[in-house]
Amino acid sequence: MTLTISDVKRIADLAYIEIDDREAQETLQQLTGIFTLIESMQAVDTASVEPMSHAQSVTQRLRDDAVTETVDRALYQSIAPQVEAGLYLVPQVIE
Amino acid sequence: MFNTSLKQLSTQLAEKKISSIELTTEFLKRIKQSNPEYNAFVTVNEDISLAQAKAADQMIAAGNAQPLTGIPIAQKDIFCAKGWLTTCGSKMLANFVSPYDAGVIERFNQAGAVNIGKTNMDEFAMGSSNETSYYGIVKNPWDTAAVPGGSSGGAACAVAARLAPAATGTDTGGSIRQPAALCGISGIKPTYGLVSRYGMIAFASSLDQGGPMAKSAEDLALLLNVMVGFDPRDSTSLQREAEDYARDLEKPLAGLRIGLPKEYFAEGMSSDVARAIEAALNEYRKLGAQTVDVSLPNASLSIPVYYVLAPAEASSNLSRFDGVRYGHRAASYTDLADMYRKSRAQGFGAEVKRRILIGTYVLSHGYYDAYYLKAQKLRRLIAQDFAQAYEQCDVIMGPTTPTVAFNLGEKSGDPIQMYLSDIYTSAANLTGMPAMSIPIGFGDKNRPIGLHIIGNYFKEAQMLNVAHQYQQVTDWHLRSPV
Amino acid sequence: MQWEIVIGLEVHTQLSTQSKIFSGAATAYGAPPNTQACVIDLALPGVLPVLNQGAVERAIKFGLSVGAKINSPSIFARKNYFYPDLPKGYQISQYESPVVQGGSITIQVDGTEKTVRLTRAHLEEDAGKSLHEDFHGMSGIDLNRAGTPLLEIVSEPDMRSSAEAVAYAKTLHGLVRWIGICDGNMQEGSFRCDANVSVRPLGTDKLGTRCEIKNLNSFRFLEKAIDYEARRQIEILEDGGTIRQETRLYDANKDETRTMRSKEDANDYRYFPDPDLLPLEISARWIDQIRSALPELPQARCNRYITGFALPAYDASVLTASRETADYFEAMAQELPEHAKLCANWIMGDVNGQLNKDGIDIGDCPVSPAQLAALLKRINDGTISGKAAKTVFDSMWQGELDRNADAIIEAKGLKQISDDSAIEKIVDQVLAANAQQVADYRSGKEKAFNSLIGQIMKATQGKANPAQVNAILKKKLDQ
Repeated sequence: MTLTISDVKRIADLAYIEIDDREAQETLQQLTGIFTLIESMQAVDTASVEPMSHAQSVTQRLRDDAVTETVDRALYQSIAPQVEAGLYLVPQVIE
Repeated sequence: MFNTSLKQLSTQLAEKKISSIELTTEFLKRIKQSNPEYNAFVTVNEDISLAQAKAADQMIAAGNAQPLTGIPIAQKDIFCAKGWLTTCGSKMLANFVSPYDAGVIERFNQAGAVNIGKTNMDEFAMGSSNETSYYGIVKNPWDTAAVPGGSSGGAACAVAARLAPAATGTDTGGSIRQPAALCGISGIKPTYGLVSRYGMIAFASSLDQGGPMAKSAEDLALLLNVMVGFDPRDSTSLQREAEDYARDLEKPLAGLRIGLPKEYFAEGMSSDVARAIEAALNEYRKLGAQTVDVSLPNASLSIPVYYVLAPAEASSNLSRFDGVRYGHRAASYTDLADMYRKSRAQGFGAEVKRRILIGTYVLSHGYYDAYYLKAQKLRRLIAQDFAQAYEQCDVIMGPTTPTVAFNLGEKSGDPIQMYLSDIYTSAANLTGMPAMSIPIGFGDKNRPIGLHIIGNYFKEAQMLNVAHQYQQVTDWHLRSPV
Repeated sequence: MQWEIVIGLEVHTQLSTQSKIFSGAATAYGAPPNTQACVIDLALPGVLPVLNQGAVERAIKFGLSVGAKINSPSIFARKNYFYPDLPKGYQISQYESPVVQGGSITIQVDGTEKTVRLTRAHLEEDAGKSLHEDFHGMSGIDLNRAGTPLLEIVSEPDMRSSAEAVAYAKTLHGLVRWIGICDGNMQEGSFRCDANVSVRPLGTDKLGTRCEIKNLNSFRFLEKAIDYEARRQIEILEDGGTIRQETRLYDANKDETRTMRSKEDANDYRYFPDPDLLPLEISARWIDQIRSALPELPQARCNRYITGFALPAYDASVLTASRETADYFEAMAQELPEHAKLCANWIMGDVNGQLNKDGIDIGDCPVSPAQLAALLKRINDGTISGKAAKTVFDSMWQGELDRNADAIIEAKGLKQISDDSAIEKIVDQVLAANAQQVADYRSGKEKAFNSLIGQIMKATQGKANPAQVNAILKKKLDQ
């Protein structure tokens, strides 16, 4: 697998992180090194192995359907970048 | 006072030889003096700490004291604490005053402990040297040219420099154990699911686990007694009967089988570390333990597997930092997408961005099977290796880190070298098994060396016993750089 | 060329739980902005999801009522994309192993029955809302809806016309309300449809390139959007063009669909199992419990009405469109087992008419089934005429005299004169007073008969039983 500069830009775009050409170039070099390390995984045959998502083989616990949370909007919005009339403001959303 | 164990502090508080106000004031004074040099704390809030101390003194006076009541604890800045600035080491959260308490913070509050301050850390816990923190580097109190390790570098430094009697950390790939080893203190990452992750800012959800960092195994046991417990707000929190982690501390070690994975004693380990490990093993043999050779054939894949799974989960966990509801928002932007891109580019540091990009890549269309799924399969193989090894032994031992603390700046330009710092520690996160580090001596430049003890699931009490017995016959854990 | 339209629907139903799918915040509609968004819904750093049992139970209920397989374990996955109304930057949804797999729904179109297969139905969380009113050139975000449980029900591309799609959507709408998992309120967005539409030459098997039309929040829009989209695609193909796979929005004002985003710039959602949530095990015992508590389903009731009450298929399907209507009918039919058709006529006619006029649901009908049945009994036993019954019904609707039919009949003097001798007496009087018309009739002028009937009814103030009047008058004139 060979990473390219356009891969780096595509994933930065997907991750919504602005990246300029110089950063992209530097990132490409670093990621190429890291992926060389990661590629060593491919040497092991895992065809018959079940993937392991969780450290414990336990199952999901369910919550009773009840309203248990209280909402302190003023407190929560005191740390927001921009609010008005109880709403979080963002640059215009266009559909 | 600064070298006193938690148990002794508790007794002194109970006997009213000292008040929590006095104790807290002394530590705050000490932080004020030394923090400018070490930078172990990001936030200190004397008013809140002293108010908690006052309340603790009242609890003690009323006869309602619990073992940790009145004792100052340094909290890693990854735990949300109501009314406290909670930065997670990031510019992104430079103004984030948490409106709620993490499960761990609640448990310490209920126990009457005092929050003495929020400790510095690698940004979003991504790093092994504490150099990725937006709030500056932390120095190793044994040698200020050296890193303290990371990501819980501030916590390790605070305990080693005696700025706090004990601290909390979190461990995703070694973030409790590696800094504990490099700073010459004790630290334990419990079995995944024992300590609530609610309110602990997520790095890699399936690997993250909070745990205590302290001077001794005995202190760790007392801290675990408070930190461990079911939390219904965390789906991965385990419902188990409460246990006293100090119950087995005094058990003799005769007959203990210590597994030595040949893969952990291969090349890569420096000679000073190898010597210290051998000496520690000899102490264990003297204590009646026997060593057995075991093998973890897939252990060498821990780093590649870890550096697929952790960034993948992180890339998604860190998507919530978008400058909409809290956190950093860029001052100028052209439109919504630009606001996102600039806020995130400015709010995250280089290492965090690097890991988000790795994670985004391995999850992206066409690469999922080759990376993410493959890594999850290897994760199972690694867990099976450990399960097999535990058929032959009770605990596994080896070095916590391949070398003593490296110099500040030495690896910060080379991510791969930095990632290899976790070479012995990340497997315990992948498997979810408990693991700890205790100080066993000094190596090059008189920097501390840690012994890594990995146990089977839920064997914390036994591991603490193993560590405590060693600490009864050695004094490495009592050494202090100050 | 003849074209065939191929339609599959994805329907988002909001589940009628008290609290959100992964948090304990309330789901009630219409609260002031962000007052129902708790720390978990706001995705503050460190918060975690815990699954609501009520949401899972409703999904299972749905699965059982469409004959689907319930997957266990069922897995929750993260769908990653950025949008200001999506606080975590990912939506917790299901990808592999949804709770509900397969199943089918039977629909009626123009008197014929058709089966639409379901692909799956999965649980996920709803997003918040972006309010596009101009806040100094910015949008406002309300996260009250964020985290509301949704069951996304995905059909196979089994529908061939907008009429079938609407019939499917209506049947599904009726079903989710019937089993009580969704309030079905389309204005409030509780039931939202996306339509996948493609066309192909009639008689071919290969599916054409499809477009997904989003945001169809009424059955009418669903129908019009599909019709427009199919025409658009056919025109392009007939002009030798090709269809581009894309997501389109229906603009109700212009009655057209327009491009929202094309496949090329579609998101790469990077689905992966959510590490904060564990595999969901659904035990056979739990499934059995839910199954045994399921109400009789609309299809079964419809069949029972046809066979048990001898109702026409059309009536049976109208009466089983909602559980409330069916329950109303059944309560009446219990009182009047021999007159089910009369009950059906009244429900579909006068009752529905009044309900529509007042804009209320049958569940809130002011006249109870027992009260209405009491009224119909008086028609059957000849106490009142059908015409008078409507007057009584109006009074009952207004709440007069405790909606007691007999009391109203009494008070309004609407009782029919059904006594033969009494009617004969009046007929005799009228005949005596209208000798000319009697003569006219007898000389063959049929019209005079109706005139005489009118005179008699007038003389009885309309209370005489018309059938009896008819018979007696005829008898007397023909003597």
